[in-house]
Amino acid sequence: MLKDITLGQYLPGTSPVHKLDPRVKLVLTVEFIVMLFCAKNMWAIGVGALFCIISFALSGVPASLMVKSLKPIVPLVLITSVLNLFFVRTGDVLWKWKVLQITTEGRDTALFMIARIVLLIIGSSLLTYTTSPIDLTDAIENLLSPLKKLKVPVHELAMMMTIALRFIPTLIEETDKIMNAQKARGSELDTGSFADKVRGMVPIFIPLFVSSFRRAEELATAMECRCYHGGEGRTRMKQLHTTYRDLIAAIYTTLFFGGIIALNVLIK
Amino acid sequence: MSIIKTEGLTYVYGEKTPFRKVALDNVSIEINEGEMIGLIGHTGSGKSTLIQHFNGLLKPTSGKVLVDGEDFFADKKKLREVRFKVGLVFQYPEYQLFEETVEKDIAYGPKNMGLDEDEIKRRVNEAAELVGLTKEQLLKSPFELSGGQKRRAAIAGVMAMEPKALILDEPASGLDPQGRDRIFDMLKKYHTEKRNTVIVVSHSMEDIAKFADRILVMNEGKVFCFDEPPKVFGRSREIEQIGLAVPQVTRVINKLCEMGYDLGDDVYTVGYAEKQILKKLNKVQI
Amino acid sequence: MQYFLDAENVNFSYMNDAEEPPVRTEVLKNVSLRVEKGEFLAVLGHNGSGKSTLAKCFNAINLPDSGTVTVAGLRTDDENNLLPIRRTAGMVFQNPDNQIVATIVEEDVAFALENLGVEPKEIRRRVDEALKTVGMYEYRMHAPHKLSGGQKQRVAIAGILAMNPDCILLDEPTAMLDPRGRKEVMDTVKRLNREQGVTIVLITHYMEEAAQADRIAIIDGGEVLMDGTPKSIFSQVETMKHLGLDVPQVTELAWRLRKDGFDIPADIITEEECVQAIAALLEKGR
Repeated sequence: MLKDITLGQYLPGTSPVHKLDPRVKLVLTVEFIVMLFCAKNMWAIGVGALFCIISFALSGVPASLMVKSLKPIVPLVLITSVLNLFFVRTGDVLWKWKVLQITTEGRDTALFMIARIVLLIIGSSLLTYTTSPIDLTDAIENLLSPLKKLKVPVHELAMMMTIALRFIPTLIEETDKIMNAQKARGSELDTGSFADKVRGMVPIFIPLFVSSFRRAEELATAMECRCYHGGEGRTRMKQLHTTYRDLIAAIYTTLFFGGIIALNVLIK
Repeated sequence: MSIIKTEGLTYVYGEKTPFRKVALDNVSIEINEGEMIGLIGHTGSGKSTLIQHFNGLLKPTSGKVLVDGEDFFADKKKLREVRFKVGLVFQYPEYQLFEETVEKDIAYGPKNMGLDEDEIKRRVNEAAELVGLTKEQLLKSPFELSGGQKRRAAIAGVMAMEPKALILDEPASGLDPQGRDRIFDMLKKYHTEKRNTVIVVSHSMEDIAKFADRILVMNEGKVFCFDEPPKVFGRSREIEQIGLAVPQVTRVINKLCEMGYDLGDDVYTVGYAEKQILKKLNKVQI
Repeated sequence: MQYFLDAENVNFSYMNDAEEPPVRTEVLKNVSLRVEKGEFLAVLGHNGSGKSTLAKCFNAINLPDSGTVTVAGLRTDDENNLLPIRRTAGMVFQNPDNQIVATIVEEDVAFALENLGVEPKEIRRRVDEALKTVGMYEYRMHAPHKLSGGQKQRVAIAGILAMNPDCILLDEPTAMLDPRGRKEVMDTVKRLNREQGVTIVLITHYMEEAAQADRIAIIDGGEVLMDGTPKSIFSQVETMKHLGLDVPQVTELAWRLRKDGFDIPADIITEEECVQAIAALLEKGR
């Protein structure tokens, strides 16, 4: 059933990681990603891994979820490792068959790349596990607000994102309803062949579009009735606050960054 | 003969999750051919879950659903046949309209049944007449119709499949009194002309009481009662307790009964209330 | 004397593109309607009678082609009055899903105040107050799409209430709700009117809801046909039926008994009055 799809992967909680200012969390996640790309050797990557493990432990997000978040990137990891394995030609040859060969350096590069991608995903999923989509939207709007001076419609984009988040569950439910209604009229959505199923999509999408336009129109009127007139002069009920926690988090992340740079220099 | 029969039907949402909820709990009912049934219950009573079992949109967690005496879940091929035998009109069915013209939209179901052109044409015209749509309206885009017309066009789309049982979930919700009367008059006409089973789901006892042969009251996934209207309204106090609204006139007569005027405990229409009061008054005057 | 809501000789029309060639459809024809501060007005009429259009004139969503509309002395055709008017006369719509903007209940209630640039601390205070008034405070952190219809409508009312409006316009707020949700919304609306003196304009199809108002206006074909107290309106049973509108069941029962030649008041609109009157009748006969 479509209804079972959950949006995002936010896991409500009260851990120190949850309590961080979403803006700080976003910035630190970006810092972590930069950190990974700065790491030049396996030791430095090891420091990144340590950072991930400690942060995850602090957040209270179960390790099983961490593994689950990696599932979608398995093909990417496989392709990268295969490419690196066979196409890096420098270093001692470990194995050779016709034109294909694997070298020590190829092996090391492949492992290095895998480790980097895996950590990248784990780090960014920690952000989405511990920050609600709405907080994330607020953080993005807030961080990008200087761009308003360059005429970037930051508020409008954030508003669009909020409304999308609000209406996705409603539209999923609606799709479910329309699908059932057309099935009741004998459309072969669950009984027919693949081609039948594709043909069966038209009677779903047209009503869905029609109703979405109607919803959009009604919502626009309702927003106008509640004095909406763009982002100008708008205040927010929830103010984002940075606390000592955020400072600690920033220092903690930067220490790891320093560690990586140090290892880059020390181990050549 | 029974058209729809359930035996110990149980349905559980979200089995093995923290959101586990028993939506239907051991429901055993039998609905006969040609009956006009009213199905009542408040939101979450299991009435919508129940009707979705009747045409195989939901599969029982345990128990059986028999349509025309056949357990269609046993044979996957039968699933589609069942959808043609039991027509289901959802709440706000106008939102399922999608074709360029009303005519084509009504023809969608019959076309899916694999009928030939002439037969489809006949059925479309017949269904349009039953719901009171004109020839010009058939050629319009469904999105040009008024709210009530759209609703009737969508119902015609299911009627045109000529199901042995027609189920409608809240067919009058959101309409004005005139639109509501029009829908119920149309259903009465359909029932008298076609003699097919009709099941109407509603929150409103008032609407249902006027035409149902039997009323099925659902509460918390169980059958609360399934009987003829006078007998169901005989339990009007219990029905109010489970959170359903009984007609105003029933409440008035109940209060008068409590005050010691015996006007019967099965009054549910204004006409019947009038008759009971007149009987009492005339008897007294003589 | 200056009326609180004042529509004078309002005409409103729109171009109907669905027709070929496009025709101008007149929705409101020379409508005058006044509402006093603190009054509870119910507006009855068919779908398409123009009642929603009129309501939208009162908060400057619709601007009349001719005639004037003033809200608390402010003319709706003055661009500078837009925000003050919408803050004075808030509007709640039929479909609860299509008027909730945010993903968390309290954020949605805060929406209007954020738009008005109110101080964060003040927003917090007024949001909590509004949620408590409609009885949705415990649900402040919930996602709106998981609430029942009645709860969603109460959140929508709280979103308007947070602006501290003098008036709330409700456009068929109960049309899509079950009886339980309808009662929740009606209880909230009545309480706001009685306890906080909020002026209410309620558009509805339910006669029982209209019977609870101070005054009823009936709109048909873009004109105000009748305007008066519920008793004076509903006692004209034949006119109401002729217009295709219902009267409460108790009013109809009394009307029928009168026609049968019994001495019973024509202006019965509540259950209690009906019980008393019939009891008196039966007592006299005894």
